[in-house]
Amino acid sequence: MATADWNPLGNVYYRNVELYQMDWNGLLELNQYMIAAAPYGGPIALMKDDKKTGRVSTNVKPIINVYNAAGKPLSQLRWNSGNVVHLGWSNTEELLCIQDNGVILVYDIALNFKRTFGMGQEAKEMKILDWKVFSSFQGTGIAVMTTSYRIYLINNVDDPRVRKLAEVPDLNSAPSSWTILNLDRQSRALVAKDAQLFLVDHGGQYQEQFPELASPVTAFIEMAVSFNNKLLAMFTDKGVIWIGSSDLKKVYCEFNTKASQRPQQLAWSGVGAVVALWDKLCIVVGPEKDWIKYNFESFVYLVQEEDGLRIIGNELHQFLQKVPDVTEQIFKIGSMEPGAMLYEASKEFSRRSQKADEYIRMIKDKLDVAVDQCIQAAGHEIEPSKQKALLRAASFGKCFLTDYRPEAFVDMCQMLRVLNQVRQFSVGIPLTYTQLNHLSVPVLIDRLVLRKLFCLAIRICHYLKIPDAEGASRILAHWACYKVQQKHEDEEQLARSISQKLLDAPGVSFSEIASQALEQGRKQLAIKLLDYEPKASEQVPLLLKMDQNNTALSKAVDSGDTDLVYTVLLTMKDKISNMGEFFMAIRQMPIAYSLYIQYCRQQNPKLVEDLYYQEDNFLAEGNCKVVSSYSEEMFEDRIRKLEAAITCYQKAKMEFASKQTEDQIKLLKIQRKLEDESNKTYIDMSLHDTMYKLTQNGNHKMTEQLRKDFKVPDKRFWLLRMEALAESSDWTELERFSKSKKPPVGMEAFVDVCMKYYNRTEAMKYVNRVTPDQKVKCLVKVGNLKEAADSALESRNEDSLNIVLSKAIQSNNKQLIETIRDYKIRLNTKK
Amino acid sequence: MAAAGPAHLSSGKINLGVLRDHYRRELIECIDKCTGTKALVWDDALTGPFGLVAEYSLLKDHEVEKMFPLGPKTLQASNVQNIIFLTRPKLKLMELIAQNLLNEDHKGPQRTEFHLIFVPRKSLLCEKKLKEMGVFGTFTSVEEFSLELIPFDNDLLSMEIDTTFRECYLENDFTTMFYVAQSIMTLQALYGIIPYIYGKGDCAKHVVEMMRRMKGELGGREPQITPQIDNLLILDRNVDLLTPLLTQLTYEGLIDETFGLNNTSVKLPAEKFIPKNQKPDEPLEPKKFILNSSDELYADLRDKNFNAVGSIVSKKAKAITLEFDERHQAKTVGEMKQFVTKLPHLQKARESLTTQTSIAELVKEATNSDGFMETLRCQQDFTNGLETDKIHPYIEECIAKKDSITKILRLICIQSYCNDGLKPKILEYYKREIIQAYGFEHMITLMNLEKTGLLKIHGIRTYAIIRKSLKLIVDDVNEQVPNDISYVYSGYAPLSIRLAQYLARPGWRSITEVLNLLPGPKVEEIQQIPVALRKRRNSITSSHSSTGEQRVTLVFFLGGVTYAEIAALRFLAQQDEGHTEYIIASTKIVTGDTLLLDFLPLTPITPP
Repeated sequence: MATADWNPLGNVYYRNVELYQMDWNGLLELNQYMIAAAPYGGPIALMKDDKKTGRVSTNVKPIINVYNAAGKPLSQLRWNSGNVVHLGWSNTEELLCIQDNGVILVYDIALNFKRTFGMGQEAKEMKILDWKVFSSFQGTGIAVMTTSYRIYLINNVDDPRVRKLAEVPDLNSAPSSWTILNLDRQSRALVAKDAQLFLVDHGGQYQEQFPELASPVTAFIEMAVSFNNKLLAMFTDKGVIWIGSSDLKKVYCEFNTKASQRPQQLAWSGVGAVVALWDKLCIVVGPEKDWIKYNFESFVYLVQEEDGLRIIGNELHQFLQKVPDVTEQIFKIGSMEPGAMLYEASKEFSRRSQKADEYIRMIKDKLDVAVDQCIQAAGHEIEPSKQKALLRAASFGKCFLTDYRPEAFVDMCQMLRVLNQVRQFSVGIPLTYTQLNHLSVPVLIDRLVLRKLFCLAIRICHYLKIPDAEGASRILAHWACYKVQQKHEDEEQLARSISQKLLDAPGVSFSEIASQALEQGRKQLAIKLLDYEPKASEQVPLLLKMDQNNTALSKAVDSGDTDLVYTVLLTMKDKISNMGEFFMAIRQMPIAYSLYIQYCRQQNPKLVEDLYYQEDNFLAEGNCKVVSSYSEEMFEDRIRKLEAAITCYQKAKMEFASKQTEDQIKLLKIQRKLEDESNKTYIDMSLHDTMYKLTQNGNHKMTEQLRKDFKVPDKRFWLLRMEALAESSDWTELERFSKSKKPPVGMEAFVDVCMKYYNRTEAMKYVNRVTPDQKVKCLVKVGNLKEAADSALESRNEDSLNIVLSKAIQSNNKQLIETIRDYKIRLNTKK
Repeated sequence: MAAAGPAHLSSGKINLGVLRDHYRRELIECIDKCTGTKALVWDDALTGPFGLVAEYSLLKDHEVEKMFPLGPKTLQASNVQNIIFLTRPKLKLMELIAQNLLNEDHKGPQRTEFHLIFVPRKSLLCEKKLKEMGVFGTFTSVEEFSLELIPFDNDLLSMEIDTTFRECYLENDFTTMFYVAQSIMTLQALYGIIPYIYGKGDCAKHVVEMMRRMKGELGGREPQITPQIDNLLILDRNVDLLTPLLTQLTYEGLIDETFGLNNTSVKLPAEKFIPKNQKPDEPLEPKKFILNSSDELYADLRDKNFNAVGSIVSKKAKAITLEFDERHQAKTVGEMKQFVTKLPHLQKARESLTTQTSIAELVKEATNSDGFMETLRCQQDFTNGLETDKIHPYIEECIAKKDSITKILRLICIQSYCNDGLKPKILEYYKREIIQAYGFEHMITLMNLEKTGLLKIHGIRTYAIIRKSLKLIVDDVNEQVPNDISYVYSGYAPLSIRLAQYLARPGWRSITEVLNLLPGPKVEEIQQIPVALRKRRNSITSSHSSTGEQRVTLVFFLGGVTYAEIAALRFLAQQDEGHTEYIIASTKIVTGDTLLLDFLPLTPITPP
């Protein structure tokens, strides 16, 4: 019977399911140990408790053992630190060992030491009296009460910041009980000073609370907060259990247990019932004063879960939970719910009975609900055979539905497969479907990785088709980090096996693994691993850290990331004190070298020159000198720089450059002389401009001299001189010049230059001297269109005539247009 | 800082508005990191690009109250809570910022917080510089905003980095290439992995290699988007150094050549744009126009050969007049109403027509000059392979008349290219002439040009082969109704675009020999796309087969692209048989002048 282990509690049922036969690595008496079990089917830590065994404390340090939820030993550690008073687990499954001086040591599940922190000076000096490990809105928190009854708490063990809570007024002895409440994103302590209740916070405030309470009370001696922080149970010295909301505003019931003894543990099973435990007896109390009694054969330990309560004993690990609604709907005797009918139908079907059809007919309209119920109910079963039966029923029902979406069914099958895997004895994580939904698959994967169950984790990822970047890669990276910690393995082989596995996995950070290896002091391994890192921006800094300068530089250059190259260059420069050595190092890499030069060019031009000198790049060195000569203020320095440049160019066999530089020196010297003589500026003008200025100033002799000295080509000299004369309106000199000898430029150039400076009269003088073929063009230029037309007609050139015509049209000279049209006709007829 | 609405960005085959939105989000995220009122201090070079991404009102919505250009004494007394410096990672600018902060210190303690945002990337060097100057600690936060490719139009992206060519080919500094690779990764994150990559040139290879690395760094976390861009073609500017040196003859190209287009806007003499009867007494500030495809007429005109602009404008004018005249025929109230609804659009069209006519007139003035025609003739001689092996009299004359140095250098570089290098004697002559006329400092300029290959001593003859096999010179060019890309240079087809054209059809295999003659390695790479993300109806093998479906090719020019080249690509996309749509990206939009300007010494230079 499915309902055999159900017990009614009011109008709901509770069931106690067996999870595991405990291993405990042989015989074990739990009551002799300090116990800590993590929620969500987490690991169990045990430590021999001298107080419980009654033995006189010896100097022998105790041993901490960590087991999985099935009692399979995971790790062991001989304690060698202070006096541990309490063990707890954080939400990331780290073991928190609380010492009597308020110091907390954090270990991972394999009992590797991770970090430590204290709970403040007062806790250290005064020692602590009591402690609570609680889950806060930020993670896992710890609260301690010192022997002077002050409470200190931290909200997150990953970021321990100690806060002192307000003091309860006139508290001269230990409070009868206290607990931590999380309300409104703030952790507060509820402290019972006998019958008085105080809520204290870290803002220095305290508030006395007055919960509704019918029965008389002299002290609250035990408190329990539900898993979701919303409900509170308190046990009074009169044996009454008060059940209400955690803000103390609502009361659900008061239940008199008639027990005068303080319960060993008071806990919530999910949110529906409070469980009080005395030795081998426990009672489950519902909000309506209903109750169930359970007896145990030996000592048990209770662990609160989101949807139930785990009961860990010497032989058994059980799970007490409210029977989920769907399960009740299907299996409750005489249930007429569609799910129940479908389940029956499926059973009949497998027996080949026609009754199956009758059942299906009964729920024809609600078949989809029935399927949903069966799927949901399957999720709540621990036993695979029951899961199968329910899923089979769901699948059977699905056959009769045409448009039922299969996702829910497939998802449930997948999730159950994963859950059954992790519930296996060897893994020992007894998660329920509800818990997994809350915990999420990625966190479950993390937990498997923590237990070094890499293979299972990866298989689950593949099975659930989680993208490699989020699933398998991450697991492999953890695996690799774990691998590099195993010092007995050969580095070469390790590097190879890691790269083999990880190279195809997208998104693996080799630099992270490498830095792990470096932490373990395995530099060579780190270097080998870093070689596989695709991200230069992560690879290079680590290489620099390991003094692999050249590799870092070449990797940075390969990446093309200039900034990264500079990072290496500047670090190297700081590290290598000998500049020569530094240059030698970077010279191997042309790109790095050019970038360094770029940097120096902006920051230290002199250094660039030195660099070129060092590598016998005389041409570049000469260029540097030329450029820098311009910023010299003293004339002599400037000449000296240029002279030095000549030497460089000669070494580089750059005849042209050295000749030009020589000419420049010569020119500069002449310009200097001219400045002295004339009180006008010449320096920094080009040769051309110098001659131009001289011409304008009427110094024709000097101009002529320069022309000869610098071998200025005739044609340019003429054009230069014409322009200079025209601009300074020296028309007589211009005319004389035009007649001095046969000009290397045509007469039309004279026309142009005159027109450029708007002297039409002068221009006309030269128009008459131009060759006949240029005449029309020149006449057009001076704007004498009529004459141009006449001239064109005379030379019988129709093309020229057309040019004149187009100009005439542009200037809209109607009369002229007519004339030219007439000319054209005449021209054509004459032909 | 006025920005045109993003509507015109979204009208292309690929919605570049998405990219703009991406940048806006990032910018706002950056700015919102500091709470309270803010003043922005701009690195001047960034204001233009930012204007295209985020308009002032957007910044204002995020509590930006004031904006200053970064100068030696920028900070004015203002009672904002935060001062944010937006700057490129340049050491010179760090000095300016430090100066400002040190000045601020003298004024005594203030409540203002300082922030620094690097565009596009943080730089260790700059941070170090700031530390050296003792101001790094003053900053409350140092962020980076990776504004890489700025959307100019629905098919055009530019990084607006103007020093790329010099850095890559002269100084061996490939920082920009890293930015390029990153920007392509950003594009891939937004528009999917680009399956086919082609490239030509050293830098292209470099970029593709970096992309491969960056892909590795992503470690499988690649965008799960169906690829919207099918091909990526990366071209080094030095694969085709000839094209940008030639004078562009498209409308937009000519505007850029004569007046300079910056971040899609141009400044023009204002006199041209006011009614003739009211002449102002004093000279007016130049008037600024934003030119992009949001203006229908401009979208029509920009890629046309300038000789065809006139007829289009007059056609348009007639059409508008005709439409305006419709109101006389409108008899019923319904007809009238219909006309009125069209009115705003019509008025806008008329306004745009007036503007474009004036701009065209301004350009016409420039092209009518003798110098312009003669320069063109000289260029055409060279590209045709004529007169390339002797000293060209026109160049000589220009030097003597001291035309602008960039013009001279452009012509000589063209001659050098078309002659596969100049005879030593000729080159020396030109060099000597330039030094004598323009000054000794240009000796370095010339050496640098030689180092990059823009000028060279004659070597193996290749130009003639390239010219013939790629049909660079087209004699019977139709400027009005073009049938070949050569219309953008009136008879010369841009080499770079020919490469793109051959890639699309029939494929580069057909021009292997020519590709080998061009400098730099050829890159071809396939990026695997997960089957689920592949487009349907096309197999890997038939990447260029005519499936009838339009493919999108992103052409990325490293070192600059000209508007004429852009026009040529747009022309290719419009051809009937062309199944390729082009998105054009570049480190900068250049002209021959701006390209060469970068090589000139830093002494004052008058821009063209």
